[in-house]
Formats: sequence, structure tokens, C-alpha cells
Amino acid sequence: MFELDRITKRYGSSLALDGIRLSIARGSTTALIGPSGCGKSTLLRILIGLIEPDVGHVRFDGQMLERTRIRAQRQRMGYVIQQGGLFPHLTARENVVLMARLLKWSSDRIKTRLSELMELTHFPRAGLERYPTELSGGQNQRVGLMRALMLDPEVLLLDEPLGALDPMIRYELQEELKQIFATLDKTVVLVTHDLAEAAFLGETIVLMRAGRIVQSGSLDEMIRAPAEPFVERFVRAQRSHRVALGEGA
Amino acid sequence: MRRVSSVLPWLLLAPLVLGLLTGCGRSDGEIRIGSKKFTEGIILGEVLRGLVAETGLPVHHRRALGGTRIVFNALESGEIDAYVDYTGTLLHEVLAEDKAAQGRTLSERLAERGIRLAGSIGFQNNYALGMPEARAEALGIERISDLRDHPELRFRFGNEFMDRADGWAGLRSFYGLPQRDVRGLEHELAYRALASGEADLTDLYTTDAEIAYYHLRPLRDDRDWFARYDAVLLYRADLAQRVPEAVTALERALGLIDARRMIAMNAAVQIEGRTESQVAGELLRERLGILDATETRGLLARLAQCTLEHLTLVGVSLLAAVLAAVPLGLLAAHRPRLGQLVLAFVGIAQTIPALALLVLMIPFFGIGAGPALVALFLYSLLPIVRNTHAGIRGIPAATIESAEALGLPAGARLRLIELPLALPTILAGIKTAAVINVGAATLGALIGAGGYGQPILAGIRLDDMGLIMEGAIPAAVLAVTVQWLFERAERTALPRGIRGLGRTGGD
Repeated sequence: MFELDRITKRYGSSLALDGIRLSIARGSTTALIGPSGCGKSTLLRILIGLIEPDVGHVRFDGQMLERTRIRAQRQRMGYVIQQGGLFPHLTARENVVLMARLLKWSSDRIKTRLSELMELTHFPRAGLERYPTELSGGQNQRVGLMRALMLDPEVLLLDEPLGALDPMIRYELQEELKQIFATLDKTVVLVTHDLAEAAFLGETIVLMRAGRIVQSGSLDEMIRAPAEPFVERFVRAQRSHRVALGEGA
Repeated sequence: MRRVSSVLPWLLLAPLVLGLLTGCGRSDGEIRIGSKKFTEGIILGEVLRGLVAETGLPVHHRRALGGTRIVFNALESGEIDAYVDYTGTLLHEVLAEDKAAQGRTLSERLAERGIRLAGSIGFQNNYALGMPEARAEALGIERISDLRDHPELRFRFGNEFMDRADGWAGLRSFYGLPQRDVRGLEHELAYRALASGEADLTDLYTTDAEIAYYHLRPLRDDRDWFARYDAVLLYRADLAQRVPEAVTALERALGLIDARRMIAMNAAVQIEGRTESQVAGELLRERLGILDATETRGLLARLAQCTLEHLTLVGVSLLAAVLAAVPLGLLAAHRPRLGQLVLAFVGIAQTIPALALLVLMIPFFGIGAGPALVALFLYSLLPIVRNTHAGIRGIPAATIESAEALGLPAGARLRLIELPLALPTILAGIKTAAVINVGAATLGALIGAGGYGQPILAGIRLDDMGLIMEGAIPAAVLAVTVQWLFERAERTALPRGIRGLGRTGGD
């Protein structure tokens, strides 16, 4: 679905992405992970064309991402950010159907799609007429997800989708997200800083450091055959708390 | 943002259109009389108006347009057709810089400018020195020369007279006056000091109402130090061809009024509280048997008129400002480099003092509502441009990114996301502009734009607190009402999600 070739992005003197090559298969679920500042969010923005690389190019479904067709290409992708990124002056419903209205969908079609999405995300009908400030963080996240999925895109991109939620709700939503990904059978790329979340939600984990991909594969492979000492340290750092709490091995 | 930048030409046109709109308000063939903004000037303007009105010609008196410069320029540019000025003023203020003046009379020099000096109204309004009648009588002082024998006298002069070269300094050496207790102060206070016996002598104009009120004796200028200030009728030379009957009517004013009568008329207005129209009407009736329909309007009619004028000034200038400033603010927000320029420009427009801005507009838009509208328009730009800019720049980056990621076209993003989110801040800017505008519009009266400033200025001139309040109270009420209306609009027009986000400040 995505082919990235030698993607390089520089901000002033610092190198955010340094010659990234990555292939993301249609229907796969990929988790981008790494310490903060490693370039994982920048990479996600490159995928949807919010940032243009200085060097290299992105192919989306065989086509280059280009300014002239970026809007049409974006309508084939859903994008969810931390806290949902909702428009505060629009109700939950208005947020979700904004783009469909602009594309002149019939109201029946909009209504049907909205019902499907509410079922999928377990969003209560009573919440539809509320404004983002009147909804909880978890519900805002569901609205953000519904908005991203409204046009039934082929790709779903999520940037720390659960980052701002408290642990209980986070846990609940992780379960739900996994189910949703399984139901939808879409190409999913998500950014997280939590290895457990990445392993739970992603089939492929892409570990990044300082603008480069260090290793990609499953968590098992990273534990068994770390590509470099950093992988070992990263995995150990993330797992040690859980060991201390007696959660896992 | 191509759509936004195409608004720019319109913005530049807006002041011109405004000027045209207001300039076209006058009807053709109407004779326009002007007057300077002091009691005597307005009375004389009313006299001229009455004379023309008697012939049945349409005539309008644009009262209290401003100082000498403004009214003279209005005559020269054809904004008005006639008014009364003084020979000394014309020589020393208006034509002072005219280098090639040698050997030519005032009439000749005015004729070159298309202005006819028809002749004297019949009195002079000179500088003079005045003493309380009783004190002058006791000391036997009639002429300025007599002052030489009384070095103990205390002189209190208006500040202007103290400063002028042809004022105290020149007078003292010309007559060789010995007095040492000489001070400058507000002219009003000088009269009070004379009345309470704390001073003996002040400068005055020979037709001042205060001469009668304070029982002052003007001293004879026995060695002709002071310049002559003959009150003369000026009209545009082309008026004689255009409307000869009007010229005939205006010239009936020549020799009509002597100094004694002028003093009495000034006193009737300033001390007895009559209106200029009434006083002028009486003169015409007594001297020429003209029964003029003296303009006497009730308080409510006056208030309604001022309110209408004021609302027009504020409404039109504010609307134009919103139409221009919001696109400018958007442009500034989306094009940071151009934005700095735009913000700097509107910032400079705001720093020009209101009065200076009004006067600067006169060469382009004449006098009256036109320049006032343009000045108010320029004044309203800054709060709206700045708040629009701040409103757009204040939208969180994540929100803008979400809109972009959805694939919203730029136009839809502006209309559906950016403008609604910036609306509370933009509204706050418009509110600020409106409230400032209501206050600033009162200054419009200085150049004949009408509105609540007119009774305020008249009240200050006549020292009539009631008249001042007639303008000040409605202006204050209007400002509060405007504020209240905008706050109401903010509460009802904004969606629940973003109420209370309005900011009044800059960025």
C-alpha cells in the first residue's frame, strides 16, 4: 500500500528522518515505535502528505503522493490524532459527517454510514449532538475514529490515538481498537511509544531511533535477535516495569 | 488564498466609494453658506442664509465647519459658495505665504483664486485692550497711550496674545508701556479676574459679548498698532454667473451690521442663551423686514437628527471596515510576511490623532460626512484586522492539521473551520472598533459631519452645559448599547462549543 524510498526530512540543522526505506503491505497493521523525537510522528505525517520530504518519495497504492492529487488521496486515508483533533465548534455528528456532506452524499447514505460507525465504535447516540468539550476523552477519541472512517478509507493512520487517556479507558479502548482493526481489514499504521500497545495492536513493529529504522518485525524477533544493542535496551526498559509489577515475563 | 487577495483592490477603492457616496448627497443648484466655528461666524452665516432664503432659492448653511483654513479651503474648492471672514485674518493667516503680494490689494489677490471680496459687513472685529468701565473712568484712561502713566496696573492676557509677535511684546515696545505685573492665562479666566478686581486690563476682540457683560471699556488704539479686521463678505466669483440673484441677495449684507449691533447679537447668544438662528432672524426682520422661517426645532427633533447622523457615521464606516479588515486579517494570517506590512499599515493609521486624520482627509474628500467616514473607517481597521489575524493564528495547529488531513479544500477550510473558530475573536475586535467609533465620531462635528459632536461643540462654545449633555449623554448611551448588543450577539450567535473564547487583545 505504501512504498517509501530514501525519505529524508531536515528541520534546520536536525535530521528528523534519515533515508527511510519502508514497505507497508495492503491489509497489514503496522506500529511505529521509538523514543520521543525518533521521527515516528513525522513519518506518519509524510504518509498522508502533511509533510513533504526533502529527499525521496512516497508511493501510495502505486501512485506518487503529489500536491495536485493529494486531496483525493487523503480522502482514501483516515487520520486520527491524540485527543481526536476534533473541531470544537462542531457537534460530534457535524465533525463526523463534515467531509461526506461536502462531497454531497445523500442524507440516507450519511445516516446509514453513521449508524454503522456508532455500532463499530460503541458510541452512544445521545452523544451525537454534544460538542467535544461536553464529551469525555474516550468518547472524543471514538468521534475522531468515526470521522476518520466516515468515507470508508482504505488506510487508517493513528498518531498516539490513546496517548491522552487514563489507563483504565486506555486498556478498554486497546481491546476495542484491536477488534475494530480485525473487523475492518484495512491497512493500519499507528504511532505509539508503548511497546506493549504496539505488540498488542500491530502485526509488524517498526522500531525507530534518531530518524532511522533500527529493526522491524515482531516483538518476538526483537527479543530473540535484536539488531543492535539499542533494541535490547529499549525492549528491556519497556518491560522492566511490568516485570516489577509481576505482569509478564 | 487567491480569493482573499482579490479583495485587496476593493479595499483600496472603499474610501473613494465612501467619499463619492457622501459627496453626491448634495442637491444641484443649492447655495451653500459656510461658517467658522465661533458664535459670531455662525450668526453671520445665518444672516447670509436668511438673505438667500428670502429670494426663494434653495440654500443650506453648513454651520461651524472649522477654523479659518478649513472654511477658506472649502470656499476655494467649491464646497461652499460664501462666508464671512476678516481682512486681517485673510492677510496674516490665509495669504501670509503668498510671496508675490507686493503692490496688490487683498481683493486682487483673492480674485486670482476665484474668490470675490464683496465688501465690509459694516464692522471691525479687532484686537483691543479693555478695562472695567468704572476703573477706566476713575483713572481717566481712554486711549492705550494713557496707560503709560499707570505702571502699577495688572495686565492679564490670553495665552495667544502673549505669544504672538503682534501681541503683547510688539505692543509694549510700540507704545512704551511700563507695566511689570503681566501674565498669560486662559482667556475666560482673564475676564473673571477683571470681574473680581484681581486684574485691571486684558486683551479682547472688539465685538466680544463679554465687553457688555463685564462692563468693559475698549481703549482706543490711538497710534494704530493693531491690524484692521474688517468683517467682509466672500463668495465664489463663479456664483455671479451661476446664480446672479444669490449674489444680489448676499450683497444686502454689506454695511448691514455695525459693531454695537454685532456685540449685542453675540451677547444674545452667549449670555442670554438664544440661538444663532433666532438672533439672525431678528436682525433681518428689524433691518430689512425679512420674515425668515427661523429654524427652531424641539429637543426631540434635534436629538433624532443627531442620532441619525451619528448612526450613519458609525454604521457606514464600521460596515466598510468589517468588509475590508476581515479579508486583510485573513491575508495577514496566511501570508506572514505580507501580514507584517498590513499590520504595520493599520497600526500607523491608528496612531494618527483623530483630529489630524480628519483634517488630512479634507483635501481629498472635502468637508462634511465624507472625510469623517473615511477617517472612522481607517480608525476601525486596526482592532478588526488585528483580531482577525490573532483569531486565525490562535487556532491550534492540531485542528488545522486535522482539517488538512480530512482533505478539505482551502476554501471550505476557511469557511467551515477557520472563520467559525476565529469568530469570537473577530467579533471582539468589531466590538472594540464599534465602541471606539461611537466616541471618535463625535469629533466629526469639527469638520461639519454632524452627529452628537455638534451639540457638544456648540455647548462648549456657548458654555452651555445642557447643550453639551444633549450630545454627551446620547453618545455615552449609544456606546454602552453597542457594547451590550455585541455581547448579546456573541452569546447567541456562537455555538456552545466555543463560547467565551473571544479575546480583546492583540496577538
